[in-house]
Amino acid sequence: MPSLKDLRNRIASVKATQKITKAMQMVAAAKLRRAQEAAEAARPYAERMEAVLANLAVAFEGRDDAPKLMAGTGSDQVHLLVVATAERGLCGGFNANIAKLARERARALIRDGKTVKIICVGKKGFDAIKREFGKHVIKTIEMRNVKHIAFSNAEEVGREVLSMYENGEFDVCTLFYSQFKSVIAQEPTAQQLIPAHFEAEEAEAEGGAGGAVYEYEPDEGEILADLLPRNISVQIFRALLENAASEQGARMSAMDNATRNAGEMIDKLTIDYNRQRQAQITTELIEIISGAEAL
Amino acid sequence: MAELFQFELVSPERQLMSDQVAEVVVPGTEGEFGVLKNHSPFMSTIKPGILKVRGDDGAWVEYFVRGGFADVAPGGALTVLAEQAIPVGEISKDHLDRAISNAQEDVEDAKDDESKQKAEMALSQLRDVAEALKAA
Repeated sequence: MPSLKDLRNRIASVKATQKITKAMQMVAAAKLRRAQEAAEAARPYAERMEAVLANLAVAFEGRDDAPKLMAGTGSDQVHLLVVATAERGLCGGFNANIAKLARERARALIRDGKTVKIICVGKKGFDAIKREFGKHVIKTIEMRNVKHIAFSNAEEVGREVLSMYENGEFDVCTLFYSQFKSVIAQEPTAQQLIPAHFEAEEAEAEGGAGGAVYEYEPDEGEILADLLPRNISVQIFRALLENAASEQGARMSAMDNATRNAGEMIDKLTIDYNRQRQAQITTELIEIISGAEAL
Repeated sequence: MAELFQFELVSPERQLMSDQVAEVVVPGTEGEFGVLKNHSPFMSTIKPGILKVRGDDGAWVEYFVRGGFADVAPGGALTVLAEQAIPVGEISKDHLDRAISNAQEDVEDAKDDESKQKAEMALSQLRDVAEALKAA
């Protein structure tokens, strides 16, 4: 049985923790709003890009002269997994969920006899992956010093991926990140970047108006070849922003839970403390009374 | 009064403009081109340069754009997706200097003739922009 002093200390310590988690929750809420705005601001660009590419891509579907980024290398032996996670912990299952999805994919690929290479964006993902796939990780890109994710950050990752692809270091590239659904729901997602894949439906929806004759300058092939590499960076940028919003959302709900748990714990400890104090008083009284009776 | 059409200027980070305008001059890779109402469907990549927009009031607004493409939809609406788009008023000399020094590095790093040629072109375009801004 802990002594009164122990209980007092524990209550004080839980209270201090509660203050910290409460503060973290509020900070996350403020950051979430900003991250959400950034993610929404980036959406029109990514959507237009996708629509235009889908439109162009239809024309090149199945043709031999389709750009390599779209057609692939003709093999799927070497897979590159780009795992985007947060730089910090204390955000519930956020990092763990992305890492889990990536690990499962890596395991399945290795079982099928494929070669797996991994690029980690964000330190936490590397921490979660290195035990099992440490030797597959070829690069870790840290975003520790990045306060606001700018397009140039995504370009950096994009350039890395593209130069590897041009050197023939992998055949298929998949990006792992967490999609922001709502504050309480984030969905770990795997998205194939290379070879680029476009939704046929989207192309058709867009293609409804595409009956008109488009004029291209330079020609379609060149535009497509110019846009596909840019699209990689755009998709990575979008993923990073979704990730940032998801991270703050996950942290907010995790810290909300932690604050509530701490509150419950304080209540329980306070009851224990009062009960024990009462017991001590009773014991002391009995001692005094029995002492008086003995006289 | 000029007839108006829908124009959108979008960069990955934000939407800079979405408005009814009278005329837009876009720095296309194969030359500048102007877009008025009822332009035929057209798509072009853009080179680093100044994009000019004439609004309803007839005043020109200028943006520095780099990398991306312009798309005139069949309805005549123009969308410019630029990797980087900055209102000329906000542009600083530092920013341009940095872009130029980046381009210079690209030229030095270029491995084969083709990429070198490309990098040199980008560099000369940036210099043009710097000149244009200085003159303005």
